[in-house]
Amino acid sequence: MKLSRGEKLFDWINILVLTIVTLFFLVPFLSVVSTSLVSGREYALRGLFILYPHRPVLNSYDMLLGQGSIVINAYFVTTARVIVGTSLGLIFTFPLAYVLSKRRLYARVPITMFIFFTMLFHGGLIPNFVLIEKLGLLDSFWSMILPNLINPWWLLIMRNFMLAIPEELEEAAIMDGASPLVVLVRVYLPLSMPVIATIGLWYAVMHWNYWFDAAIYINDPKKLPLQLILRGILEYGTGQYSDYSGLAEMTELTDPPPAESLKAAMIVITTLPILMIYPFIQRYFVKGIMLGSIKG
Amino acid sequence: MQQPLGEQIRVRVDQDAPLFTEKRGFREAWRQIKRDRFLYALAALPLLYFVIFRYLPMVGLIIAFQDYDPFLGIGAIFSMDNFVGVKHFRNFFDSIFFWNIVRNTVVISFYKLLFGFPLPIILALLINEVRVTLFQRTVQTISYLPHFFSMVVAAGIVRAMLTPQGGLLNQAIVAFGGEAQAFLTDPALFRSILVTMDVWQQAGWNSIIFLAAMATINPEMYEAAAMDGANRFQRMWYVTLPSISFAIVIILIFRIGGMLDAGFEQILLLYSPSVYSVSDIIDTYVYRAGLIGRQYSFGAAVGLFKSVLALILMYMANKVAHYLGQEGLW
Repeated sequence: MKLSRGEKLFDWINILVLTIVTLFFLVPFLSVVSTSLVSGREYALRGLFILYPHRPVLNSYDMLLGQGSIVINAYFVTTARVIVGTSLGLIFTFPLAYVLSKRRLYARVPITMFIFFTMLFHGGLIPNFVLIEKLGLLDSFWSMILPNLINPWWLLIMRNFMLAIPEELEEAAIMDGASPLVVLVRVYLPLSMPVIATIGLWYAVMHWNYWFDAAIYINDPKKLPLQLILRGILEYGTGQYSDYSGLAEMTELTDPPPAESLKAAMIVITTLPILMIYPFIQRYFVKGIMLGSIKG
Repeated sequence: MQQPLGEQIRVRVDQDAPLFTEKRGFREAWRQIKRDRFLYALAALPLLYFVIFRYLPMVGLIIAFQDYDPFLGIGAIFSMDNFVGVKHFRNFFDSIFFWNIVRNTVVISFYKLLFGFPLPIILALLINEVRVTLFQRTVQTISYLPHFFSMVVAAGIVRAMLTPQGGLLNQAIVAFGGEAQAFLTDPALFRSILVTMDVWQQAGWNSIIFLAAMATINPEMYEAAAMDGANRFQRMWYVTLPSISFAIVIILIFRIGGMLDAGFEQILLLYSPSVYSVSDIIDTYVYRAGLIGRQYSFGAAVGLFKSVLALILMYMANKVAHYLGQEGLW
């Protein structure tokens, strides 16, 4: 099809508009990356949020990631949170999704309603806090894991996926003498791998990014995840962590980075793992928006 | 024809099964439960999670009707000694904060809806018109990116942009001869910052559902329209938009249903006492007065007020969706 002049003009304007829109999404982050590379000397000469540093330095990163620093510690906390939270999340979500996908199950709809209701009504902040307190989970790693074990929305998405697996498969396996456990592990588990991988990724990103639970449940700085260390540095600077080794070395540096560069570097450090896997995982998330749709 | 989008986005509770598999009384029910005991055993632990971490907090809401003392044991929650009726609710409705936080919640939500709802549709329309696949994919990938940043990171980026200590925006203002400003502490600007950040973080992501709806449009419709002499704008207006109108309506309804969630984490990370007057919402008030101020019963009462209103709103949204012939959330 030959394009008319009007059509071509439309295409070019569209591309121009979308390029500007894309820059709106991208530039704030890029400028934070460049700020993180600014040295104290360059700051004195040129100001801070320059689009690119003439002589990029890693001083901010050196300081934040120094031996035994609180940031390294927080990296371990967050990594543990992601691994434990994702594994337990799947271990709890998958069996329940499987059970709820059995059409013959007695009281299946009431049980589903029981779960669905929790998506519409919550106890709210204070009762949740009181619960964690009464369970003795304050200042515990598990206060970040247990309350988030199952996301009901994702559970129902996983169930919908499994509803599409033909029941004849189970009947055939039972004919061949398979026990219910074997049916689950040998038949349904392999067939559900796509949805398990997708929802596992959602749990992982959720655990990497989530921060508010740790903000109210955890006081001990050594137990804080990365997001909370970032929040502390953004709102109060690095001084509050000076009791802990690693960050106190600022005074020993010959060219200490400006405070804003430190904050920017901490933002980059916190989000770097997400950024590195983002190109590969993006499609799983996009697909997930559609996943809930499989047969409603 | 394409599936109605209500079908696509909702998670259906009832899967064309009768409420109970068969109506043959208790004995038959017991036989079925025994037959599927493996399944019930599998479900037990996960369901226990819902009981403890989702339903116990609902039970805990009774402290809203008490003068709860955190130093007394669990038994105190279930005794009548501390019962005070609706005292905390009355205090809340009479307090000088009440109208301000309700207004802030609704106003901030409304502005986020006003800008954050149409912009993803426009973005989807533009992306849908791109003919170069590589460019299309690049735009999409970059526009989803901010959605994957944690709220702390996103708020940190916004702070970095706006700081008077050489933030990008202030440097631009200074370069053009203006004067650096403390944006985040200016009540006149704070809500605009919240809305802009929300658009930046979510617009790309929210466009996905509309793009998906557009992908189901039959290409013959465009060819027919082109044959009739419709130009690109006319095709967008008369073919694309009507074809996704069901998606637009249903998503709008449910966004209105979720209006009381004005962005708790975002506001908590960005606000300060100087902008409380324009940014303190129900959730932040519960956090400050209830949790930080240790008025647990009062905080629980305010939280209950919000949860009940939110449930009613969602219920109405669902009713409206049904009324319009769409399938709602349930």
